[in-house]
Amino acid sequence: MRYSGFSLIAQSLKGHAGWGPAWRDASPKSTYDVVIIGGGGHGLATAYYLASRYGVSNVAVIEKGYIGSGNAGRNTTIIRSNYLLSENIPFFESSMKLWEGLEQELNYNAMVSQRGALLLCHSDAQRDAFARRGNAMRLAGVDAEIMEVEQIRAMLPFLDYENARFPIRGGLMQWRAGTARHDAVVWGYARAADARGVDIVQNCEVTGISVENGRVVGVDTTRGQIKAKKVALAVAGNSSRVAAMAGLRLPIESHVLQAFVSEGLKPLLNCVLTFGAGHLYISQSDKGGLVFGGGIDGYNSYAQRGNLPTIEDVMEAAMGLWPALGRVRVLRHWGGIMDMSMDGSPIIDHTSVQGLYINAGWCYGGFKATPASGMCLAHLVAKDEPHPVAAAYRLDRFATGRLIDERGMGAQPNLH
Amino acid sequence: MRIACPHCGLRDLQEFTYLGDASPSRPDGLAATESAMFDYVYLRENPRGLLEELWFHNAGCRAWLAVCRDTLTHTIQSVVPANKRKKGAAA
Repeated sequence: MRYSGFSLIAQSLKGHAGWGPAWRDASPKSTYDVVIIGGGGHGLATAYYLASRYGVSNVAVIEKGYIGSGNAGRNTTIIRSNYLLSENIPFFESSMKLWEGLEQELNYNAMVSQRGALLLCHSDAQRDAFARRGNAMRLAGVDAEIMEVEQIRAMLPFLDYENARFPIRGGLMQWRAGTARHDAVVWGYARAADARGVDIVQNCEVTGISVENGRVVGVDTTRGQIKAKKVALAVAGNSSRVAAMAGLRLPIESHVLQAFVSEGLKPLLNCVLTFGAGHLYISQSDKGGLVFGGGIDGYNSYAQRGNLPTIEDVMEAAMGLWPALGRVRVLRHWGGIMDMSMDGSPIIDHTSVQGLYINAGWCYGGFKATPASGMCLAHLVAKDEPHPVAAAYRLDRFATGRLIDERGMGAQPNLH
Repeated sequence: MRIACPHCGLRDLQEFTYLGDASPSRPDGLAATESAMFDYVYLRENPRGLLEELWFHNAGCRAWLAVCRDTLTHTIQSVVPANKRKKGAAA
């Protein structure tokens, strides 16, 4: 069924009894051309673009839980392309462009809201660094604007501009950035992929990857063996574990990242805001809750829950930036498991096993990349060569020294 | 999470700094092959379960500690000074 104003009116006249499921809950067939492991945003986007752009529709997406139950449902929903390095800008900008046309393409309301993302700076040096980043973005055709304190004060009068330690000196705004509804992104891709013949298999955990003579031949799952000509991994958070099933070791550590949402408030914050003196990003959801997060806890974890020192750190940053937040109560908080790569940038590449492709290492920047990640992995799987905007995201770049270290932290994943 | 420092007793997580997997050992810089150096710098154990790792007690005794911890439950099985570490304690 195509969703439209007319379909809504027609259904409302019939008491909304006629809405069918948006996708089939498929049982696995014995053989597919492509099996994608991981039913999050990236896996489902890959399946959708394989079917819609590359004509490969004999595809299964297999997911150990329900779709969107991992990091796709645990992020802070921010989309942006304000990167510095020439390897990253084209990729994240292609993602931004796909976000801009996503709802029309999928015929699904993903609540993409280009409300702007403002990075605040707190010193002259940081302002210089942001000017450099803004210039790099504009050279690559991405919108960026240095905002003066007065402009920001007019827009966001409630921030602590004269903070003794971290006064606000200006900011770098990307107006095209914003937020999207994370669950709707998953559901939209699932529905559109399903409509093109992709099987979405839930509650189906991969227990092994079968390799014969250096070539992948299928996967073992809790719902039986599935043969496949090609297998693609989109299991960020658990990439090391799944890749180990094919005998691979990855330059990745798994870390827990916590996020928070406050009680619902009246409209207060009209953009995505980032504190430059600590690690804090905050936006207001359409329901009114302030959605915010900070850095990772900093130790290896698969627990999907974190510890109190990180929570205290995030709250301190929030109070330092916006003192009135002290009166707001936190409603929920949660944790997700991040693939922290050794240079802070992702991997979309072949592996040493023929027919096995990997999409991993998203650190905590995976949500905004969902459309481009799906497009690039689909391109790689279908054509066996990297998509031009993701050509730098090679698995062997660590061995060859071609690192993409946006933060300049070196091989210490908990600092990226 | 609290860590039972062998010198200071049970102390809060905030007193410690994390390095990570304790297993990599630096190859001889003059003799090492490129691939051995790559292994040392970039490849770490990343299990869902017991992991031997190095923590620094920077707000305490400033000793390096070898901690055997479950990455799924955050339960700590053993803590010893790093120089007393027996390799393979997590296995």
